Amino acid sequence: MLSIKNLHASVEGTPILRGINLEVKAGEVHAIMGPNGSGKSTLASVLAGREEYEVTEGEVIFKGKELLEMAPEDRAREGVFLAFQYPVEIPGVSSTNFLRTALNQVREYRGQEPLDAVKFLSLMKEKMALVEIDQKLLSRSLNEGFSGGEKKRNEIFQMAMLEPTLSILDETDSGLDIDALRIVSNGVNKLKSDQTATIVVTHYQRLLDYIVPDYVHVLYKGRIVKSGTKELALELEEKGYDWIKEEVDSATV
Amino acid sequence: MSTLTIQDTIQGLLAAAPDNFSSSRLKGKENLEAQGLPALKAEEYKFTPITKKLESSILSFSPALPITVTPEMVQSAIFEGFQGDVLVFSNGKYLPELSSKIEGVEVDFISAKENTALGSIAKPEKDAFAALNLASFQDGIFISVPKKSQIEKPILLLSFCQANEGQVIQPRVWIESGDFAEATFMDMTVSLGEQSYFVNKVVEIKGGINSQINYYRIQNEGKNAIEVSNIETDILKDARFTSVNLSLSGDMVRNNLSLNLLGSNSEGNMYGIYMLNGKTHVDNHTNVDHTIPHAESNELYKGILADQSRGVFNGKIFVRQDAQKTNAFQQNNNILLSEDAIVNTKPQLEIWADDVKCSHGCTVGQLDEEALFYLQARGIDKVSAKGLLLYAFAGEVLEKIEDESFRDYAIGLIQERLGSKF
Repeated sequence: MLSIKNLHASVEGTPILRGINLEVKAGEVHAIMGPNGSGKSTLASVLAGREEYEVTEGEVIFKGKELLEMAPEDRAREGVFLAFQYPVEIPGVSSTNFLRTALNQVREYRGQEPLDAVKFLSLMKEKMALVEIDQKLLSRSLNEGFSGGEKKRNEIFQMAMLEPTLSILDETDSGLDIDALRIVSNGVNKLKSDQTATIVVTHYQRLLDYIVPDYVHVLYKGRIVKSGTKELALELEEKGYDWIKEEVDSATV
Repeated sequence: MSTLTIQDTIQGLLAAAPDNFSSSRLKGKENLEAQGLPALKAEEYKFTPITKKLESSILSFSPALPITVTPEMVQSAIFEGFQGDVLVFSNGKYLPELSSKIEGVEVDFISAKENTALGSIAKPEKDAFAALNLASFQDGIFISVPKKSQIEKPILLLSFCQANEGQVIQPRVWIESGDFAEATFMDMTVSLGEQSYFVNKVVEIKGGINSQINYYRIQNEGKNAIEVSNIETDILKDARFTSVNLSLSGDMVRNNLSLNLLGSNSEGNMYGIYMLNGKTHVDNHTNVDHTIPHAESNELYKGILADQSRGVFNGKIFVRQDAQKTNAFQQNNNILLSEDAIVNTKPQLEIWADDVKCSHGCTVGQLDEEALFYLQARGIDKVSAKGLLLYAFAGEVLEKIEDESFRDYAIGLIQERLGSKF
């Protein structure tokens, strides 16, 4: 589904990603871990199309198409979904209006009929139950005045509405209490299928108890320096990142 | 080329003035002569070189004659959903034959009402253009809403403007309401032709005790239209006045809006949007004068500026020494969409009382890139995403419009602009 080859990216001239290679197949869950500043969030942002990152080398093929050639909205319409680390508050834009615009633009791109108000509301109700989000929140402006947990839950709710094939969760677990973490993970797990894939970017192993990865990759200095199964995450939890850093740093000296 | 200055050519306007209202006109003339038109760096017109603009664009300083207006033109200018009465003007001249007969409201030419205290609200000593209008207006309209009457249907003042060689149009409106009266006025102009013209408009509104008056205005004029307006109102005890002003196009536009809070528990509201592109220049100078205790004023203006457009906002709040327990709030926010767009914003508070609540704030920024990316990342194209954000920005002002059909019309105009240009 997703094939990243030798991806280099920099921001304001500073290289952040220095040759990422990653293959993700349908039905898989990949966790990307790593110390602060290793490039985890940059990778997520580059895949979603954030403008301030400049791709200097490499390619990304998503479902047979050149992902990096596409505008952010087209990536979303093709089925890429980024759950933001810091969801943006947008005063004056109602959650419902926003989602309906988004969903209908995505549907149009996919050759589907737009949903009328009744169908849209019933779909919303169904997906709201999935992430246990309150109707009251959605009658407010988008993310405005939401707590951290509510924002993250709203991300997963949007993901449920847009039905992406590749979901990238950028530190969705950071700042969540255990109940919110359980609800969010539950939502993600229910949306998984053998047709979809998930990339979980996280700093903590805790999330991976709930969203169980098939593969765990460690990102350090803009490269994937170690890959393994979920046991690798446990090892990192126990030993920290220093041993990996030492391994990598001594090898490159 | 003539070597006459604009100050000389104005003599033409003065000479063409009718010989009614002689003492008011004389007062206007004296004040005009004492002040002259604003010089290039005049403090009140610092960012809006209106005199220079007039010198280069207005070829003939004579009154523009009325043009032919047909019922079809009136019909097609009225926006969808409008349910109210219409008063039609041609180059400032009231056309009763095309206008509605409004039940319960007295409407007449100003010339038929010689006792009207013209210039007592929009005082000629305050602004040279107000003085010019007072000295030399041709005719205008007198509207009186009697005591205790609730005029439920809005009254639309619909002006058609056209000049064939850049002449001057000087509309003059007098609105008075009795105590406890309620009415909503809408003010719109249809520009015909591409020729420059200069509209120098004065609207005086005298609200009665406990009256409620709304004045909604859309400035969506030809790209060569130059306009100065002085709208001023006296607000008495327990009365409320609300102005909503939406500026969309024109060449150079200067709006002087002044609210005089003269009775306790009175309320004055000033809301506005200026959404500009091309080289349009719009200057909103507002002034609220708190003269007595326990009055309230609210002000919110929002600017969206693209291309090489320029916006000016100057909000003066004057709280006199006696005006204790005043509540005065003012805000002006701007979004610049291009590197060449300019905005000058200046809150100006003069507070002489010591027990008041006043706040003001102004911002100038760009569209929030992070919010834009967030919307795009959900599949919304860039044009629509910008539209959503800008519409949300403007929405806070639009929701102040109480009349539903007018609000929908204003929303439609803004969305049309957002969909095409921004």
